[in-house]
Amino acid sequence: MIALTINGKQHELDVPDNMPLLWAIRDVVGMKGTKFGCGISQCGACTVHLNGVAIRSCVTPVSAAKGEITTIEAMAEDPVGQKVQQAWLDLGVAQCGYCQSGQIMNATALLKKTPAPETQEIVDAMAGNLCRCGTYNRILAAIERAADKQEASS
Amino acid sequence: MSRSDDTLLLANVSRRGLLKGLAGGSALLLAARWDLGLANEQAQFGAGAMPGGWIDNPNVFIHIDSGGLVTIVNNRAEMGQGIRTSLVMVAADELGADWDQVRVRQAEGDQGKYGNQNTDGSRSMRHWYQPMRRAAAAARLMLEQAAANQWGVPVHEVRAEVHRVVHPATDRELGFGDLAEAARELDVPGRHDLVLKSDSELRFIGKESGLINGELKSAHPKAIDGEDIVSGKAIFGADIDLENTLYAVVARPPVYGAKVKNVDDSDALKVAGVKKVIHIKGSRQPAAFNPLGGVAVVATNTWAAMEGRRALKIEWDNAPAGKNADYTTDAFRESLEKAAQSPGKVIRQSGDVEAALQVAETRVSATYYMPHMAQAPMEPPVAVVMIKNGKAEAWAPVQHPKAARDGIAAILEMDLENVTLHQTLLGGGFGRKSKPDFVMEAALVAKEFEGQPIKLQWSREDDISHTYFHTVSVDHLEAGLDGEGKATSWRHRTLSPSITSLFAPDPKHIAEFEQGMGFNTMPFNIAAIRLENPPAPAHVRIGWFRSVYNLPHAWAIQSFAHEMAVAAGKDHRDYVLDLLGPDREIHNLTVGDGWNYGEDPDKHPIDVARMRRVIERATKEAGWGRETAKGRGLGLAFHNSFVSYTAIVFDVEVGDQGELTIHRADIAFDCGPQANPERIRSQMEGSCVMGIGVALQSEVTFKDGVAQQDNFDSYLIPRMPDAPKVVRVHLIDNPNDAMGGVGEPGLPPVAPALCNAIYAATGKRIRRLPVGNQLS
Repeated sequence: MIALTINGKQHELDVPDNMPLLWAIRDVVGMKGTKFGCGISQCGACTVHLNGVAIRSCVTPVSAAKGEITTIEAMAEDPVGQKVQQAWLDLGVAQCGYCQSGQIMNATALLKKTPAPETQEIVDAMAGNLCRCGTYNRILAAIERAADKQEASS
Repeated sequence: MSRSDDTLLLANVSRRGLLKGLAGGSALLLAARWDLGLANEQAQFGAGAMPGGWIDNPNVFIHIDSGGLVTIVNNRAEMGQGIRTSLVMVAADELGADWDQVRVRQAEGDQGKYGNQNTDGSRSMRHWYQPMRRAAAAARLMLEQAAANQWGVPVHEVRAEVHRVVHPATDRELGFGDLAEAARELDVPGRHDLVLKSDSELRFIGKESGLINGELKSAHPKAIDGEDIVSGKAIFGADIDLENTLYAVVARPPVYGAKVKNVDDSDALKVAGVKKVIHIKGSRQPAAFNPLGGVAVVATNTWAAMEGRRALKIEWDNAPAGKNADYTTDAFRESLEKAAQSPGKVIRQSGDVEAALQVAETRVSATYYMPHMAQAPMEPPVAVVMIKNGKAEAWAPVQHPKAARDGIAAILEMDLENVTLHQTLLGGGFGRKSKPDFVMEAALVAKEFEGQPIKLQWSREDDISHTYFHTVSVDHLEAGLDGEGKATSWRHRTLSPSITSLFAPDPKHIAEFEQGMGFNTMPFNIAAIRLENPPAPAHVRIGWFRSVYNLPHAWAIQSFAHEMAVAAGKDHRDYVLDLLGPDREIHNLTVGDGWNYGEDPDKHPIDVARMRRVIERATKEAGWGRETAKGRGLGLAFHNSFVSYTAIVFDVEVGDQGELTIHRADIAFDCGPQANPERIRSQMEGSCVMGIGVALQSEVTFKDGVAQQDNFDSYLIPRMPDAPKVVRVHLIDNPNDAMGGVGEPGLPPVAPALCNAIYAATGKRIRRLPVGNQLS
């Protein structure tokens, strides 16, 4: 049995050690907000936080997922996550929306670590998250907007 | 909207509606039932000419419950274009609904009930704008009548305001919810009784909102799925969560048309969680939408199924694939380049091109190549199917629900009425999800597990190496210029496998709809023109990719026009405006285009003035003609497609090591009347980014019939650092022409504009895509 802590809740899963966290979250725990995009950590659709750090759950075996796992479902309760989500809505970032869970998780991890990033820092940090609809300019603007708000409120 | 206002001339049918409907309980269906009959039978163009036509029956689309909650049914696939917001917004505006009390319900796949649902060709808004307004206007009129009856006053004394009906003379009002029940007892107004709102009465339609060139405008009716998306609650294909689901993946033949010779599944069956290994029957070539065949592994979760597939030992038989097993794209490109040197089937001709070329002062000639590409929506194909008691129920992210439902019925040999298709959100489509092969695969697997849902998931490798590829193309152009540099002749040979090879024995020539995507519709005003189409066979499944054959045609024509300007020593913009010639409307039939995206050429001709306007706007906004530093340059391209007009100017810089920086894109776009400008802008921005990938990165090559790229480490698409630093969209205010498409027409001019900018910056001419490392 594998013990996972997802969004503060304990789960005991009867899965092999090498099962990627993505599939444990989606198929076994049944939380669907985290998306499958490539399976080889090239697209970022599966991004979750492990102990506050953005990781690609599609290449992280459950045996390595020790600590606090946080997914998109918990962002509405997260002060930084809320600001990011609101900025996404304010600027109409999403088109199809499929990659946006991962984009938001990656952006939130960035802002938690670097509350007021330079533009180039954002671009570098987000380079691993693909969006086929091409919403990058709005993603960038939304992160800058969320960062501004964060600065203003702190 | 002089050209699009054909809608109120339709059959006058006024009769009592049916009261039964979709919702139960307290929900009230506005009763109306209109007969399309006459109008659609006679329609040759537009929505009425599509299979299933249009429906404007409010009974189908609009529900109001006694609490005032308005539910509007969206019948088109949502794949990122925002149609669930925009079309619902159109209806809500005409109805007078409060946006906060509006919900959307996604239609299931049922073309008889909902009209045409095939979401491609950038048609959703231009075909459904008027029917949805009429449905909403009828509902509004019935609410007004219900209020008038209750108050005992003539209906002309009352009017609907936001979510209520008022009687100003007596200062009375009733909410939509209060009136809904009475409204359903009323006769339905005929179309001739409907009065659509005037532009000044509209609250949402055509209104600018959102972020415009860096400035945040007024709040908008919020994106209908926005909150679900940012909180991870939006339901895409793979997010359908049914009890007892089993998960399947399929090993497909690497070569198109190959078959399984032998399978050793002993190791696969040892993988924990694997339940069963199933042979999937393939189809003969051409495959149409049928599965490719192969071996399915079914397990208790996706990972186990993938591990099981990895453990299969399959021997493939390439014999049935024929020449497909020899398909190697390098050699194929060379063969097309060679064929392009000889005349081909004549598609369009005026004047004597050969004679004109002979006497030309200057001859310009170039050959352009665009490779196969994969649509690669971020959500790979996936479908859930359950078969129980002789009925099939499916949940899938499909652009063409009818094709998916028909496909399930056909492959299971089931009557259509026993197949239910639920439409989920699409995590991108771009043409890939017009083809329901993946849904049919799921149906075949589900047949083996009666009563149990099967979720069939394509991996990214499956997606990129087994998609219906964008065609591959060679375009060879030659032009003659006179002593002033003016074009006197134009010869264009285009060679590319046709999508029709998917459905019939390979014609080796492009079809009328493929020619009509920017090839025979080329608008230049040149005395001698000859367009030819030498043969090009297909060796893989060829399919729609956003904007389709407009991609190679715009790439070649727009690159070549720039080469001509350079040869003539003229400014590119001035040169192309001269090439376009005087403002005029080119009737499509005069250039041999009987297709015109399904639209009436009398209403949607090729309009040179509109083309000119977007060129002038984009160049003006970009500061065309300004001095640029060494290594920096501006590039222009333009194209009309899906009866809309786009021009783009890129401002780029190329460093000493060939590193490319895209400082800015200025996009001018004219789609006629704009329903939701904010989503139009987002489509232009997204098209720009996707087009940058087409130009710089994306290519699928084949060796011995096998795709050589299979994931995002080898098949490259744009990332945030590849996007322009600034994208500015300039919408042309043009309410007087007929409505055009939005989802696709932004894409075709991107690659040539970018390559023209690279030329302006460096003097390096790109004729083969993708650019890749050609700059270093």
